[in-house]
Amino acid sequence: MKAAVITFPGSNCDRDLAVAFEAAGAAVTRVWHKDADLPKGIDIVAIPGGFSFGDYLRCGAIAAQSPVATAVKGFAARGGHVLGICNGFQVLTETGLLPGVLMRNAGLKFVCKTVDLKVGTADSPFTNLWTKGDIARMPIAHHDGNYSIDAEGLKRLRDADRIAFTYAENPNGSTADIAGVLSENRRVLGMMPHPERMTEAVHGGTDGSVLFRSLMAALALA
Amino acid sequence: MPATLKARVHVMLKDGVLDPQGEAVKHALGTLGFSGVEGVRQGKVIELDLAATDRAAAEAEVKAMCEKLLANTVIEKYTIEVTGEIA
Repeated sequence: MKAAVITFPGSNCDRDLAVAFEAAGAAVTRVWHKDADLPKGIDIVAIPGGFSFGDYLRCGAIAAQSPVATAVKGFAARGGHVLGICNGFQVLTETGLLPGVLMRNAGLKFVCKTVDLKVGTADSPFTNLWTKGDIARMPIAHHDGNYSIDAEGLKRLRDADRIAFTYAENPNGSTADIAGVLSENRRVLGMMPHPERMTEAVHGGTDGSVLFRSLMAALALA
Repeated sequence: MPATLKARVHVMLKDGVLDPQGEAVKHALGTLGFSGVEGVRQGKVIELDLAATDRAAAEAEVKAMCEKLLANTVIEKYTIEVTGEIA
């Protein structure tokens, strides 16, 4: 599996994300936000957490207009796999690759803690090594993670089994406890929790590595 | 050519979209003794200096900016005022 990890000014989880991919056996290329092209032959592009462009205007809004974002949109349109974590999820909703929007946490506070997630579906390249209903423990650290979508959009997500993760206990007011959603073709995942921060025993657990190993299983021979 | 028109964009959450910041401000006003504040909505104002002379064209351009970047129309609405010449 060949992965590309993007860095925006203000990204701060890019290195951790690259390390998590490498630990799963992927070859990783780092990509700068001004690059208008993604590396050739990659299987997946990942957008890390952080505070791209200082969260100015809206979280992810300016990153979503950067040269590399145009390349990511083209890559996704051609059936490429895309993973957006935390700020990366915000970027993906701002580009329109995923529906809905991440609003300010309902409690208005920055939330930083480790939470239990329920795996909503095992039917995706990101979650195939879990079983639906499994509990995965991962850290969250965000101010704007309150996933919001209208009733019609929520129905579409539910009907197509596109809710990848929900919170066991809702930390931010998100609609239907949603922590992560898939695109229609199931190849784009956006999630607020940080799987890359839960991949080694010293992190306090390795539940996050299941996601990277799932990708490896799905994409190693792709 | 120097900017000759000024545009002011108001971005607000759409009606019906919960505004936790507005709610917090409302609560704080109540705590301060300002009774009778029945609702608070918080938004943004963005001012643009435009190198343009044609008001209609400027307005159309700013509308495109709103749709593309300045507002997230999933949850936000916007209004545009082209306020005229810069002093």
